Amino acid sequence: MSELFSLTVLTGIAYSGIRLATPYLFAALGEMFAQRSGVVNLGVEGIMLMGAFTAFAMATWTGNLWFALFCAAFIGLLMGLAMSFISVNMQAEQGISGIGMHLFGLGLSSLLFTKFLGSTKAITGFQPIKIPLLGDIPVIGEIFFNHNILVYLAFLLVPIAVWVLNKTTLGLKIRAVGVKPEAADSLGVSVSKIRYLCVSFGGVMAGIAGASLTLALINLFQENMTSGIGFIAVALVYFGGWTPVGVTLGALLFSLVNALQLWIQVLDKDKVIPSDFALMMPYVLTIAVLAFGKRTNQPAALTKPFDRGSH
Amino acid sequence: MSKINRRKFLTIAGTLSAGAALTACATPAPTAAPAAPGAAAKPAAKQFKIAMVCPSLVNDAAFSQSMYDAIMSVQKEMGGESALMLKYSDNVFQVPNAAAAIRDYAGQGFDLVIAHGTQYGNSLQEIAKDFPNVAFAWGTATDNFESKGLKNVFAYNPKAEEGGYVLGVLAAKMTKSNVVGVCGPVEAGDAKTFVDGFKKGVTDTNKAAKVNVTYTGNFSDVSLMAAAAETHTKAGADILTGSSQSVVGAIGIAKDKKIVWFGTQSNQANLAPETVGASQVYDWSGIVKEMISMINSGKKGTVSFESTLKNGGLKIVYNDKVAISADAKAAAAAATKDIADGKLKALP
Repeated sequence: MSELFSLTVLTGIAYSGIRLATPYLFAALGEMFAQRSGVVNLGVEGIMLMGAFTAFAMATWTGNLWFALFCAAFIGLLMGLAMSFISVNMQAEQGISGIGMHLFGLGLSSLLFTKFLGSTKAITGFQPIKIPLLGDIPVIGEIFFNHNILVYLAFLLVPIAVWVLNKTTLGLKIRAVGVKPEAADSLGVSVSKIRYLCVSFGGVMAGIAGASLTLALINLFQENMTSGIGFIAVALVYFGGWTPVGVTLGALLFSLVNALQLWIQVLDKDKVIPSDFALMMPYVLTIAVLAFGKRTNQPAALTKPFDRGSH
Repeated sequence: MSKINRRKFLTIAGTLSAGAALTACATPAPTAAPAAPGAAAKPAAKQFKIAMVCPSLVNDAAFSQSMYDAIMSVQKEMGGESALMLKYSDNVFQVPNAAAAIRDYAGQGFDLVIAHGTQYGNSLQEIAKDFPNVAFAWGTATDNFESKGLKNVFAYNPKAEEGGYVLGVLAAKMTKSNVVGVCGPVEAGDAKTFVDGFKKGVTDTNKAAKVNVTYTGNFSDVSLMAAAAETHTKAGADILTGSSQSVVGAIGIAKDKKIVWFGTQSNQANLAPETVGASQVYDWSGIVKEMISMINSGKKGTVSFESTLKNGGLKIVYNDKVAISADAKAAAAAATKDIADGKLKALP
């Protein structure tokens, strides 16, 4: 177990943590925008499954990974629009309709997989790209600058999300709609449009998150392959205090602990630590942070439908 | 109900029911298996009816497919669907849903109802009591519930450690880094015995080699299985293996890293033809035939079957697209013979 603190192992944990964080980051950043506008989308998992299937099917049929990614994003957009319609126009209970969206994605992806592909065969996904010069720096280069393109895109989204949310008029409108939609409405901001935009963007991100599994991380599709990543992404938004940086730190922490527990299993030859205990670590950590974390930024209008006529 | 409430209600009900309906569509309810070619031309005296409930898809390239393929092979041998009919409910991981399906089939006059999943055991024990004239089978398991007074349950179990040992010998001969990675699902059942046999096969053959083992804690987390495979490769493994339907995630990583994978349960070569070197295949066809014969002669249970390398219930199937040296194959063949002859114990 002393090997755990060797440079090779620490580098391996950091590299795997960053790689594993990718689907969480895409999904959680998209969900953060939806929640900042006042809508909780519990259907992220279902949208991810549809994104994963669409990307895998398109990559299998056309061999074009970028086209496959675009199709996954488009499917995510359609499902995001559907969720927007349900929560904004129909003003349905968001928690329950989100579960419905999850079941819809789970069922439809399984059905389409059975009907159109039937069996699975590994594809060649996005390959690691070593960034010139930076990738040659010892340790740092291997940890940060030798990943596939989707990992870079996910982390590039973080500063963009910070900028949009805090430095633009659109960001101001999103925050206003999430905190006090009546006030935003009285100032001429269309609550419906902002919520449509944010939930749809969340859908696109969830679609891409699913695609990152089938096009970069796993390169295969299997039914219900997300195994709760979408739900953890929703929890990460709470975990991260509804800020892009907080969400990113949450995703990284969860993934790093997951990578750590796998390394502990690899290095613990005498099985001093039972595998079940190692497997619990990421979840215990998540619950602990959620229990003791402060909810300073929770949007006041979160989960509350806005009915213009009633104000 | 006010207008808006009705609208909300309809929206939620619509979304939930659409989701549930699609999930139901994707989980085929009793589905007739395709008849073998030429089946209609050879009508049998009496059609034997088998129903099967399994936890994953029948084309999962793992556990469920192993039983489906075996029944299809027996069907072909018996002369097609007119001689042997199969109906199945696959992808039924939840035990309550599986129990409902097993009870349904038992009430429909099937000659044999196969509950293909260890987790179905408790439910099967209750159901079998209510249908004493129907024969049931469950696995992987060794308990046929005779001690509980049941006369109508067969049990079947693979000695997965045997094939695991042989694949371990191959891995030990092929590794260049002397590090081999094992991606386990849950530390129990045939997954554990496979892993233990594999480890012994590697270490008995190559003293310098070390075997790293991880478990993901469930049978379906493809993503965590991929992460486990990734960790093994970072730890220097140049050969990987693993068990359960979630190994597709690990096979994807093996393909990506261009290293060899050894499969178990079904022939996994189709998942990644240039990556899967060999697979231990569970061939249940001998057991299925034996159960049919016993049921036809009036015996409906009280027997526990075991699949072994010796009785042909376990087979090592090579994939010609992956180069394996003659020396490695010879060592594997010798281990197979020694295990079959009882000269070699596959478990520590």
